[in-house]
Amino acid sequence: MMDPFTTLTSSCVVLPAENVDTDQIIPARFLKTIDRRGLGAHLFADWRADAHGNPRADFPLNSPDAAGAAILVAGHNFGCGSSREHAPWALLDFGFRAVISTGFADIFRNNALKTGLLPVALSTSAHASLLKQLADAPRAPVTIDLETQTATLPDGTRHSFTVDPFARHCLLNGVDELGFLLELEPAIAAYESTHSSRVCTR
Amino acid sequence: MIQKTLVDKIWDDHLVQPETASTPAVLYVDLHLVHEVTSPQAFSELRNRGINVRRPDLTLATMDHSTPTTPRSNGRLRVLDPQASTQLRQLETNCEDFGIELFGLDDTRQGIVHVIGPEQGLTQPGMTIVCGDSHTSTHGAFGALAFGIGTSEVGYVLATQTLLQRKPANMEVRIDGILPRGVTAKDIILAIIARVGIGGATGKVLEYSGSAIRALGMEERMTICNMSIEAGARAGLIAPDDTTFEYIAGRPYAPKGTRWDLAVDRWKQLTSDHGATYDRSVQLEAARLAPMITFGTNPSMAIPIDGHVPDPSDAGSGAERTDLDKALRYMALEPGQSLLGRPVDVVFVGSCTNSRISDLRQAAGVMRGRHVAPGVRMLVVPGSRNVKSEAEAEGLDRVFIEAGAEWREAGCSMCIAMNGDQLEPGQSAVSTSNRNFEGRQGKGGRTFLASPLTAAATAVRGAIADVRSLS
Repeated sequence: MMDPFTTLTSSCVVLPAENVDTDQIIPARFLKTIDRRGLGAHLFADWRADAHGNPRADFPLNSPDAAGAAILVAGHNFGCGSSREHAPWALLDFGFRAVISTGFADIFRNNALKTGLLPVALSTSAHASLLKQLADAPRAPVTIDLETQTATLPDGTRHSFTVDPFARHCLLNGVDELGFLLELEPAIAAYESTHSSRVCTR
Repeated sequence: MIQKTLVDKIWDDHLVQPETASTPAVLYVDLHLVHEVTSPQAFSELRNRGINVRRPDLTLATMDHSTPTTPRSNGRLRVLDPQASTQLRQLETNCEDFGIELFGLDDTRQGIVHVIGPEQGLTQPGMTIVCGDSHTSTHGAFGALAFGIGTSEVGYVLATQTLLQRKPANMEVRIDGILPRGVTAKDIILAIIARVGIGGATGKVLEYSGSAIRALGMEERMTICNMSIEAGARAGLIAPDDTTFEYIAGRPYAPKGTRWDLAVDRWKQLTSDHGATYDRSVQLEAARLAPMITFGTNPSMAIPIDGHVPDPSDAGSGAERTDLDKALRYMALEPGQSLLGRPVDVVFVGSCTNSRISDLRQAAGVMRGRHVAPGVRMLVVPGSRNVKSEAEAEGLDRVFIEAGAEWREAGCSMCIAMNGDQLEPGQSAVSTSNRNFEGRQGKGGRTFLASPLTAAATAVRGAIADVRSLS
């Protein structure tokens, strides 16, 4: 189960790097957990802290402007690499509810949508405009409306994004896909009975 | 008649319910592979909701990511890390409670999930295969549609044996011709990723074709499909042929007798129809390929081993320049520099990309009669206990040990550095694994991805070396 996502108005943290991989979002040494909670403490662990474990002042998440921000703004192809769902779990646990980029890696986008973290893919021009506006006014708010699939930037301009209709329905209502799939039991059983020779491997 | 690609055929054959504008397709999963790291939270969800595993008989679990690769004592592996130990015990409990077969640490079939599926004959053409691991694309080498999923989806598959999926786009990658000496499957896939880009295949399935692919053995094909995800692809696959059928025949879970004949008849239909169209096509000439090595911090940042590190000021866009700048700083490299002769601290031969018997034979072929350079640590980590036994029966372990390398137990090891096998900050490694992201092999470590041949040549020289130049 996840919290519904309808609209969100928040300041942002800007991490302009492209191709941010899930090993940076949550390094593998933190995956030896059997819980999905508590990973926010390790979000971007190796970028947040220096070799001695002290916070790096130049890392955006450590900036005073980052306090309370629920939107992460990142560069293209965010979340590439490993399939670890620990990446969206860590972002959520840290306090993020949405990530704005120009594109997301497939598995990360899937995982995010299933855990209640909204991936917002804006056009390159809208994304560039947002980066510029936030450079001028770091605490300026952005509003994300999932119902209308629009993001309103600090300058008041509205930009559309798309989310798969089914994932959008699940997020708006705070339901996951499992309930839907469980109700398909008769169709799944029917499929198995007509494909029995192939389905059985052992 | 509509010409179908291989992906179209497998897709259509697994539709429990076709996709509509409002709902993705419901796709049946033939084989679900499970490991300790991405499954515990999925099992917890099932328990919380009082749901059973629908088809334990189509599910198989193994332990690989956080398992130690240090030598066994009295046949037993000792797990010293309490967190890893808890995670491994949790998988045992989950498999026992839900009736799932587990290749645990004491099982002689234990190994990396993407090594054991094919090894056991579980991976078969035309199947849909999923696992909570992005390198599930490996199984595509058999003409299966195989892809990585997250933990939520692991739970959905455990509960319903299905997934909601939008149909991916198709991309053909055709490689014709004959590979030059010293050039392997790993070099082919590194060249493809460099060409397509780190996110260039996002939303697509790559189908590898052409005479150079046909000439490869199954283990080499697995190396290629394995790294499809590094170009962002959802999956990578190769149409099955006689090489595929010969590999599967006689394996423990392969069909037997008349079922085998029926299976092969069915598998022979699994090719893309002549004239089927792809959303995009890319071509490479095998004869023009060289041994490849990465220089940066994602797998697309690769060059021929005798090439030069690119200059960020030549980059096509500002963002690309920033990315390259950052990568070169992390890797302590200068634009225009040659990588040949750059000293390394560690050489790692292993991972789901390159830890099978043919990989170990290639590395051993270079190491035989030679020695690991002073000051260099070389780890050789077989992909499964079966691979380890097979290598030992051939005497490969002696070759590595006599050369001064560490011969270790099976697992993911230093590819993901969760089990204590890791680089120290500032160390450099040539690795046969699949990812060179910052800190991937240990915080502050620097990774150069290459083939087992290049890795072995580097171990001998103590610095990045071109295997073609070893006499």
